[in-house]
Amino acid sequence: MTESSNTVVLEVRDLTKTYTSGDRELTVVQDVSFSLTKGSSAAIVGPSGSGKTTLLGLCAGLDAPSAGSVTLNQIHLGALDEEARARIRSQHVGFVFQTFQLLPTLTALENVMVPLELRGERGAAERARALLTRVGLGERLTHYPSQLSGGEQQRVALARAFVNRPLILFADEPTGNLDAETGRIVEDLLFELNREAGTTLLLVTHNLELASRTQRIISLRGGVVVSDDEAERVNGSAQVRA
Amino acid sequence: MAWRDGRSSTRHLALFLASMVVGVAALVAIESFRANLKNAVESQARSLLGADLQISQNSPFDERVESLIDSVGGEQAREIRFTSMAYFPGTHDTRITQVRAQEGAFPFYGSLETNPPEAGRRFRESRSALLDERLMLQFGMAPGDSVWVGTRSYVIGGALLRIPGESAMDALFGPRVYIPIADIDSTLLDAGSRVRFYTRFRLTDQAAVDAAADRFKALETEGGINVSTVEDASDNWSDALGNLYGFLSLLGFMALLLGGIGVAGAVHAYTKEKVALVATLRCLGARTVEAFLIYLTQAAAVGLVAAVLGATGGMLVQVLLPDVLADFLPVDVVVEAQWIAVAIGTVIGLFASIVFATIPLLAIRRVPALAALRAAFERPEPWFKDGMRWFVLLVVFGAVTGYAIWTTGRWTIGLWFAAGVLAVFLCLAGIARLVMWASRRYFPSSWPYVWRQGLANLYRPNNHTTVLVLALGLGTTLILTVYLLQFTLLGSVQGLDARGGANTILFDIQGDQIAGVEQTVRDLGLPVEEVTPVVTMRLKEVKGRTIDEIRDDSTMGHKWPFVREYRSTYRDTLTASETVVSGAWHGSGSGGRNYVSLEEEIAEGLGVEVGDDLVIDVQGVALPVTVGSVRSVEWRQMSSNFFMVFEPGLLSQAPRFYILATRVANEQEAADLQRAVVQAFPNVSLIDLDLILRTAGAILDRIAFVIRFMALFCIATGLLVLIASVSVSRLQRLRESVLLRTLGASAKQIGAILNIEQALLGMMAAITGTLLSFAVSWAIARFMFEIEWIPSWGAIPVAIVSVTTLTILFGTLGRGATVRRPPLEVLRNEL
Repeated sequence: MTESSNTVVLEVRDLTKTYTSGDRELTVVQDVSFSLTKGSSAAIVGPSGSGKTTLLGLCAGLDAPSAGSVTLNQIHLGALDEEARARIRSQHVGFVFQTFQLLPTLTALENVMVPLELRGERGAAERARALLTRVGLGERLTHYPSQLSGGEQQRVALARAFVNRPLILFADEPTGNLDAETGRIVEDLLFELNREAGTTLLLVTHNLELASRTQRIISLRGGVVVSDDEAERVNGSAQVRA
Repeated sequence: MAWRDGRSSTRHLALFLASMVVGVAALVAIESFRANLKNAVESQARSLLGADLQISQNSPFDERVESLIDSVGGEQAREIRFTSMAYFPGTHDTRITQVRAQEGAFPFYGSLETNPPEAGRRFRESRSALLDERLMLQFGMAPGDSVWVGTRSYVIGGALLRIPGESAMDALFGPRVYIPIADIDSTLLDAGSRVRFYTRFRLTDQAAVDAAADRFKALETEGGINVSTVEDASDNWSDALGNLYGFLSLLGFMALLLGGIGVAGAVHAYTKEKVALVATLRCLGARTVEAFLIYLTQAAAVGLVAAVLGATGGMLVQVLLPDVLADFLPVDVVVEAQWIAVAIGTVIGLFASIVFATIPLLAIRRVPALAALRAAFERPEPWFKDGMRWFVLLVVFGAVTGYAIWTTGRWTIGLWFAAGVLAVFLCLAGIARLVMWASRRYFPSSWPYVWRQGLANLYRPNNHTTVLVLALGLGTTLILTVYLLQFTLLGSVQGLDARGGANTILFDIQGDQIAGVEQTVRDLGLPVEEVTPVVTMRLKEVKGRTIDEIRDDSTMGHKWPFVREYRSTYRDTLTASETVVSGAWHGSGSGGRNYVSLEEEIAEGLGVEVGDDLVIDVQGVALPVTVGSVRSVEWRQMSSNFFMVFEPGLLSQAPRFYILATRVANEQEAADLQRAVVQAFPNVSLIDLDLILRTAGAILDRIAFVIRFMALFCIATGLLVLIASVSVSRLQRLRESVLLRTLGASAKQIGAILNIEQALLGMMAAITGTLLSFAVSWAIARFMFEIEWIPSWGAIPVAIVSVTTLTILFGTLGRGATVRRPPLEVLRNEL
């Protein structure tokens, strides 16, 4: 491993998230700890309701934890307000969502440009165009999301996720809404782009095949980490079920 | 199914509802007010005239009329009305007034409302005067002070608060002064003064009234006597108030149409969200018409709720209308629930809801079952290829036309209104489309991101640009048009002063006074701009036909030019405001004929041309003349203009009075002139440009207030449509905002994008509305008022800033917590 690959990009310590509903408290993530180094990849797996998406959101600074801490690129997110966390996301984070989450009112090109635009960077169009061409959508730059297929929309989302050269990419069921073949194409693209950019990848998935392509698998059940096997590959007889 | 599906869409449906409520409320309020007003006019019909029968004419009644008056009997009251200066010695102020000298217990029905109350009954016996309350306030008068009318001084007995059968607007044209007839200065009734003589009767029964009216009407054909019964007065007011109602009703209807646009916008957004559900229903075997009917049923149900709520609101709003219209009403209106009006408003509201909702709902018929599987690939057919949609649009146009015809009772107005509404709507929608196209075509790529995003939102899919430009633009157009017309009308009066000519007119100057009046004017250092002799006359024959023949000719239309009294002059030159359009000034001067020059519109009204013969009755002397020329006259001059101008010498022996025009430089000179003239020549009246300006300003203020009040319904609807549109698209905006937050956008950036979008919308609506209001006010000034349009450039920034600010403010209300939602919700897909 190189020196840079040992650099910790994401460090999660004793993370707990509790929601209060009336007089009832529901803990969806409990005492989760792990860290990811630069360029590494990890998958969070677990059954529905196990707290995967909540954990991903907390790691990305989309919500504040009830206890514990998240450190992203040496910055302790708990000390920041939402505005500052948004700035961190703008600088260091990329996202891919299960439901694509493209802005329906923007064309493919404009969707990809958004993260750079928000940072006020110049040359957004050129870089967005290049990335869309890279994901095979060079001919569909001016199409709106409603005019694209699911696979195409997710490829636009991938281009958007990588456009600001993120330090870390968070992916929430990136192939969950796609058929097997399209899903595989998107998977390949995701890992290719990730490798090319040297981005750290943390994804949430039910798809064991997808999870197996990462370097590390963290299994959640009831909000608690039940296994965290960095070296082992999950196979069909694994403990964790999708 | 309609109910089950609607339960989950209460927010959208509530917004749909809000758009209609204000329009229905406006209609119900106006309809209820009309019914209450009709009841008031019917129940107070006698007090509109104050008597059972009234006769009047412009000269003292001759012996035949007097003997008929005697024979009719009953209780009688006399009145002489004329214009004269009132002079207040306490403050040395003067004011031109409508003087009413009375004798007898008039009004027989209803009563003069005065302060103190007994003053109305006592002024005749106590030989005191009653003055309009506004006049007393203006000059700081109180009961016990004195006022001079002519050479007579009167103690002010009290203030006139209300005169039966007259609206407060009447006082604006000339404040009223009541004095006893026994104490009148008879010199004020000399030739030249505009004097009208009245006798009113209180009779025992209707048969006596009818018989007396018939006998007076028989005389009417000869002496220019006017006969009025309670029915006539009631009909006259009903016609006038009917016009008022029609006008207000059309303004209220505009609010309903705007609400309809809001409904169409809300249902359009609603329909888009239901595409997947409709497609699923179709997959499950629902027929096209069934899917369509589910949502039409929802629209009808919500429309009914909106109509009922609007009707309830309208019943509350109608309580305000008598106060808003107080200056225009001759009767006390008792506000009562009018269930027919409520029913009419509810039905119209329901109908409008259904029709306007149907336009976007028709798209549901075209949702294929396949859309449940592959929505992205299904492109809808262009709307203009849908014949059913054209049919519904035709129904809307027909309904608008039908309502306008029904409410005004006139085909022409109904058609013009519908065409005007269509033109304005097309114009606003066209400009909205044009701006959207231009924004996309010439998109400013170099602008900062938030600006580009805000601008781009104007033409993005599911935008509300057209609906909002329509709603806000129409409100702006209405309000600004009223203001611009007011500005033009007042400006045209002010423009007279700027031309530097005469700005003060002295009239009713008798022959033996003219030299003295001229001297008085010159002694004050003022110029005598013009001295004009005036002779009163009537037509006796036109092209060989007597006026009596013409009056009896039922085939002839407008007879007013034949029977009216003319005030004419004689001179040998044209004035600066006159141009001969046919013939030669004072004829060829040969053949020994007497020539008269006619103003072009009166010549047209009489149906005469150059060379036609007339016989003029100059105060009993028949004068045959030939039309020598026809003139166009620029009437908007502070100088004397006439329908008939004779050759000099032709009328030199006729009884006449004079008009003198002068120019004062300031208020002090005007006050000095008024005081000097009134003190030295009490029968001479004076009117200046400042008074005309103030009077016109006061009248226009009151008219504008009513129009603005009704326009408020349109503005309120426009703002509700704005809130509804922003709120309907809230889900989409919320998704976008939260997603942008997830991608790192700051709250400030998101707020800026939304503010910029709404500011651009507001500005676009304001600019479009302003342009339209300039065009509409220009057209009205040019073609209806026939005056020069005066633009108020200052109104442009005011309109743009205020409409834009309102749009952002109300847009923020509709936006809700869009900016503040935590981004994790996107990941959870909870939106």
